[in-house]
Amino acid sequence: MAAPRLQSQITTESHEQVRRLLQLLQSEPIAGVRNLHPAYCSVLIKFDATLLRHEELQETLLGCVERMKKVALPEPRLIEIPVCYGGDFGPDLKDVAELHGLTPESAIKLHTSTTYRVYFLGFAPGFAYLGELPAALVAPRLATPRRSVRAGSVGIAGSQTGVYPIATPGGWRLLGRTPVAMFRPDRAEMSLLAIGDRVRFVAISREQFAKLENA
Amino acid sequence: MSLIEVRSPGLLTTVQDLGREGFGPMGISPSGAADPVALRIGNRLVGNSESAAGLEMTLLGGTFVFPERAEIALTGADFRATLDNERVDLWCSAEVRPGQTLRLEATHAGARCYLGVRGGIVVKLFLGSASTHLLSGLGGFEGRALRKGDVLKIGTAGGGFRTFRKRKVTVKALEKLAPRKTLRVTAGPQGDWFSRAAQEVFYKTTYRVREESNRMGLRLEGAPISAASGGEMISEGVSLGAVQIPASGLPIILFVEQQTTGGYPKIANVISADLSSLGQLRPRDEIRFELVDIATARALLVERENLLASRELILG
Repeated sequence: MAAPRLQSQITTESHEQVRRLLQLLQSEPIAGVRNLHPAYCSVLIKFDATLLRHEELQETLLGCVERMKKVALPEPRLIEIPVCYGGDFGPDLKDVAELHGLTPESAIKLHTSTTYRVYFLGFAPGFAYLGELPAALVAPRLATPRRSVRAGSVGIAGSQTGVYPIATPGGWRLLGRTPVAMFRPDRAEMSLLAIGDRVRFVAISREQFAKLENA
Repeated sequence: MSLIEVRSPGLLTTVQDLGREGFGPMGISPSGAADPVALRIGNRLVGNSESAAGLEMTLLGGTFVFPERAEIALTGADFRATLDNERVDLWCSAEVRPGQTLRLEATHAGARCYLGVRGGIVVKLFLGSASTHLLSGLGGFEGRALRKGDVLKIGTAGGGFRTFRKRKVTVKALEKLAPRKTLRVTAGPQGDWFSRAAQEVFYKTTYRVREESNRMGLRLEGAPISAASGGEMISEGVSLGAVQIPASGLPIILFVEQQTTGGYPKIANVISADLSSLGQLRPRDEIRFELVDIATARALLVERENLLASRELILG
């Protein structure tokens, strides 16, 4: 395990560095490296210690950090995610709005008015950490996480937002739900989102939700 | 193709191989056998490649009927297995005659017993692996633990049947590979965020494994560790065996179905050579942590791998 910290701050610059390093390590794999876990401002590199020594890998990685400046990143994709806000889909929408003295409608407007960046995928298959949430929506995690959050639930935590791809326990405050599958093992691109993508949420009605869910 | 009929699944029985590495960027953790050494040896005993899929049973084993001849091996924890009421030894290959019933009971020691079968268990691979990832319902047999009435397919890899000869893991090797209760760890990425006093508590406390432990993580109880004070923790990649200290101060060891990233500081990381021991920990087991340096951790892994590759491992 080696985790070269690129910059201990969540900035778009550190994010781009993470993407460059990830792209370099994926396009030119290092023998013995088994897995990569990108995050906000670090990449955890898992390797087989019988094939590689820490010092060797560290040296190779220092070379990568030098070379990654030249890695060109592709134009980000923009992906729209339809969300039905409030009601039992978004049980925390009212609380979040109240916390900031907003109406639920203006909270929805804020959530849908921002283009988010996929900082990385982590936690569970297809779970994308999206940021930055407008300051007027920032809210802490629930004091007690829910035992189960339905797949497709759209939540916020701190200045992050994201969609639960599968039913899991979770402590994010839920604003709504999307009928779109975030992760499907039978799809060529299993995960709807990838690191570096841009995301916009689009408010839809209950009827539209039902239609899309059955599509 | 030969089959295995599940008459009773046991408490939690899943199809596992050595997991799927390389999908961290998608948020997918490897899963795989909780005690990979036991799975690997079981495969070796029946002449499979080490990475073939077998069954992982947890605390209480199942009952399985083999309509056709098969060669099997049970490895890991002792679940007092019988084949048509005759005792089957652990860490040996065994021949199953058509129609025989393999029955396993509750664990005698350890947490997980592996059933390896010549040819391996065949399921549709997900991202190149047969491993079940229970949390996400991916891989393995329909993405879930086995149920009564399930029918598993046995593969023909390795050339199908062979003349049976009993193969057995040597006593010497088993002694060296015995699961440990004192887990050796290297310092975690935030190890130095914890005060000297907090670290002392961590390395001196005997922790007990809590009931809520599972393949995602082992939750411990014992003396809590005072909060880290090294800075603002930003979510980062987390490794198998990472020892996280959440707000409660009670350590959580990340296990095979771990989340791929996390935001708790990590005081230590269980060394690769001792990860298999985690797979044999039962609720209420008592464990301790012992700090080693990275060179020692690597030497212990190399020593273990050399033993697994050596002629000293298996007789027959």
